[in-house]
Amino acid sequence: MNGAPLSLRETLAWGALGALAFVGFWTLITTSGLVPRQFLPSPLDLVQRFLHLLTSPFAGATLPEHLASSFRRYAFGVLLAAAIGVPLGLLMGWFRLLDDIVTPIFDGLRFIAPIAWVPFAALWFGTGIGGPVMIIFAGAFPPCLINAYRGARFVEPRLIEAARMLGTGNLRMILEILLPAAVPSIVAGLRVSAGLGWQSLVGAELIVAAAGVGFMMVQAQGSVQTTTVMAGMLAIGLVGMLIDILLRQGEAWMRRRRGLDS
Amino acid sequence: MGSIRFQNVDKVFGASQAGVKVLDDINLAIGEKEFVAIVGPSGCGKTTCLRMVAGFEAPSSGTITVSGKVVTEPGPDRAVVFQQFALFPWKTVRENIDLGLRNKNLPAAERDRLIADALKLMNLESHAGAFPHQLSGGMQQRVAIARAYVLDPDVLLMDEPFGALDAQTRVVMQEELVRLARVNPRTVLFITHAVEEAVYLADRVAIMTRRPGRIKEVLDIKSVRIAENWDRFARIEDVMDQESFVHLRTQIWKSLREEKGAQGV
Repeated sequence: MNGAPLSLRETLAWGALGALAFVGFWTLITTSGLVPRQFLPSPLDLVQRFLHLLTSPFAGATLPEHLASSFRRYAFGVLLAAAIGVPLGLLMGWFRLLDDIVTPIFDGLRFIAPIAWVPFAALWFGTGIGGPVMIIFAGAFPPCLINAYRGARFVEPRLIEAARMLGTGNLRMILEILLPAAVPSIVAGLRVSAGLGWQSLVGAELIVAAAGVGFMMVQAQGSVQTTTVMAGMLAIGLVGMLIDILLRQGEAWMRRRRGLDS
Repeated sequence: MGSIRFQNVDKVFGASQAGVKVLDDINLAIGEKEFVAIVGPSGCGKTTCLRMVAGFEAPSSGTITVSGKVVTEPGPDRAVVFQQFALFPWKTVRENIDLGLRNKNLPAAERDRLIADALKLMNLESHAGAFPHQLSGGMQQRVAIARAYVLDPDVLLMDEPFGALDAQTRVVMQEELVRLARVNPRTVLFITHAVEEAVYLADRVAIMTRRPGRIKEVLDIKSVRIAENWDRFARIEDVMDQESFVHLRTQIWKSLREEKGAQGV
C-alpha cells in the first residue's frame, strides 16, 4: 500500500470524514428533488423507518424479531457447513484418494452462486427451516472445506515426519497434528464462511413464508415500500459488520494464544 | 537389537533416467551401542542416509536394515532428532514427550514414570507445562531429545541436531550428549558438518565424498579416545586441546578439503 501508516485517531477521523461525506452527498441528492423519494429514500427517512421498525411490527414481526429468526437459520447453516466442511477438508488433506475423488466435484460446484440453489432448496428441503438453511450452507461451505484442506495439506512436513516417527496412527494424526496445525487456516475460513453465509441470507429468505429480515424485505418490495427494504439492508449490513468484528477478535485471540502474533 | 546396516545403497532423486544420483553404493555397518557420525560436504547426501534409515525415504537400490529388519516405513524403533526440533507447537513439553508413549498404548502410570525420567534426564522438570515457543532453542532441542529417548528406541538418528543453535548452547548440548551416552548408551547415527563435533562425540567418523556421495573412509575415534583417556576431561575445550584430538580433526579436515577442491569451490 502507498502512504505512511496513520495513528488510530487519524484513521478513525478519516473514516468518519468519509462516512460523513457519503451521507452528505446522499442527502444532497434526495433533497435536490432530482430523484423521487420512492426511488431513493433520504438518510433521515431511513433512520426514522429503521427506529420505527425496531418496535412496531412489519410483515408480522418487529425488526429484532425478524433478525432473530434470520439468525437462527443463519447459525444452523453456518454450523452445518463447518461441521461437514472442516472434517471433510481435513480428511481430504490426509487421504490422497479422497482428495482425488472429491476435488473435481467440489471444484465444479463451488462456483455456483448460493441463490441458484433456491428452486431446488425449496423443492428438496421445503420452505420451513430446511430450504433456507441449505442456501446459507451453500454459501458458507466452500471456505470451510478449502481452508481446512489447505491447512491440513500444508502442515510443516517435519511435523508429519516427527509424528510418523513417533508411531502416530491416522485418527490421531488427523485430530492431534493436522487439526491443530490447521486451526489458524480453519478459523480464517470460518470467518469468510460466516460472512458469505450472512450474504446468502436474503436469497435464502426469498422462499421463507414466515419471518426473517429477507422475508421482511421481500414483503416490503411487494408493496413498494423502498424505505423498509433499505432498513432491512441497513440491518443486514450492521449485523454482518458485528459478526465480522467479533470473529476477528476471536481470531486475533486465538493467534495470540498460539504465539503466532505477539 | 540396535544395529544399522547399509548394503549397496544407491539413491537417485527424480525419474531414474534423468534423475540426479545423490548416493552411490553406500556400505556401512553400525554396531550395537555404537555412535557413528557421518561428515561430508554440503549436498553430499548425508542427511538422505539418515532419512532412509528413518523410513522417510526409500533407497533406489540396495537395502537398509535396522536390528536385522529391512526398513520400509518410519517407526518408534528409530527415533529421530531433527535439526529444526520439529516439536508440536500446540502441545506442552510433557504432551510432546507423551505422544509416542500414548501411541504405544502404555498405561498412564507407566507413561508418567517414563516422562518423569526423561524430563529429569534432560533437566526439563521445571518446564513440563511450557509450550515450545516459550523455550530457547537449546531447551527445545532438549525436549526433542527427551521425546526420542523416552521411546526406548533401537537406534537414535540425529540430523545435525545442534546446527540451529548458537555456539555456546551448542557446546553445552555436546557435553550433555556425551553425558547421556555414558548414562544411557545407544546406537546413534549422527549427521553433522562440524568436524570437531564428530570427533568429540563419535566412536567412528565416516567421511563422505561430494555428490554423488560415497563413503570415502571411516576413522576409528574410540580407540584413540580410550588410549588417550579423553574421558578424564569434563569440558569439550580440554579434549579439543589434546594433540590426539587435533591430529584426528586435521586428518578429517584434509580429507574434506580434497572433496571441496574436487568440486572447485
